[in-house]
Amino acid sequence: MGINFDEVEVGTELPAQSFRVTRATLVRYAGASGDFNPIHWNEKFALEVGLPDVIAHGMFTMAEAARVVTDWIGDPAAVVDYGVRFTRPVPVPNDEDGSVIEVSGKVAALLDDRRVRVDLLATYGGQKVLGMSRAVVQLG
Amino acid sequence: MPLDPSFIGRTYPPTEPYEVGREKIREFAEAIGDANPAYSDPEAAKAFGHPDVIAPPTFPFVITYGAAGQVVNDPELGLDYSRVVHGDQKFTYTRPVRAGDRLTVTVSIEAIKSLAGNDVLTVRGEVHDESGEHVVTSVMSLVARAADEEGK
Repeated sequence: MGINFDEVEVGTELPAQSFRVTRATLVRYAGASGDFNPIHWNEKFALEVGLPDVIAHGMFTMAEAARVVTDWIGDPAAVVDYGVRFTRPVPVPNDEDGSVIEVSGKVAALLDDRRVRVDLLATYGGQKVLGMSRAVVQLG
Repeated sequence: MPLDPSFIGRTYPPTEPYEVGREKIREFAEAIGDANPAYSDPEAAKAFGHPDVIAPPTFPFVITYGAAGQVVNDPELGLDYSRVVHGDQKFTYTRPVRAGDRLTVTVSIEAIKSLAGNDVLTVRGEVHDESGEHVVTSVMSLVARAADEEGK
């Protein structure tokens, strides 16, 4: 299990994934994370503060993006550094289909100590929702 | 009113320990739809070399976000939380959070900047375990949108 440093190079692509998010997903994430900001579950409130709809928690999107890395490496503890910028919200309509976040990633740099930097691309509707989304990963 | 830059460097007292439970980790992993067995199966976690199940990489936010309430609700700082959005988030891990951890967070204000009329507050949370060892550092920026942006 795991990825060997010698098997990767700059440009190596991680398996891309898509993640569906519905209102029910957001309610569940709110409960599990303790982030009960009403912009994530109360449409009336979200519209009042100028948002297009209820929006997904930025931290939910960050968590999904990380799965592209952790599913690739197996042991999640190999992530030694992970950061994102929240550049655009993901609106989540009140229907069963919800919204889909697409995440891809590739090795952007080979670092010391058999570590690599992975750059992630997370989009909704073809537009980037995370900026500077980077993870430093310890490989074997 | 812009935030007072003299708050830069202010450090708050460590929080009371947060005890990380297996079922809380499972609940969080299910909420993000992540079936990695390291989050739910102690034997799978042991196979990776961990003493118990570990938490997903963004789980520490559950603890550091709560701790950052000290800053957000500091009446002296006077942040208008109804205007705040999460700008960016970074974690630097010494090791993963795991079941059985009793974690404290020491929160400090790392930066206060004004960008295009918005206040940007950078809050650092240093997470340590019961023996005082570093587990993870969270750095987040909160952007308080300027009042005159209303109705744009």
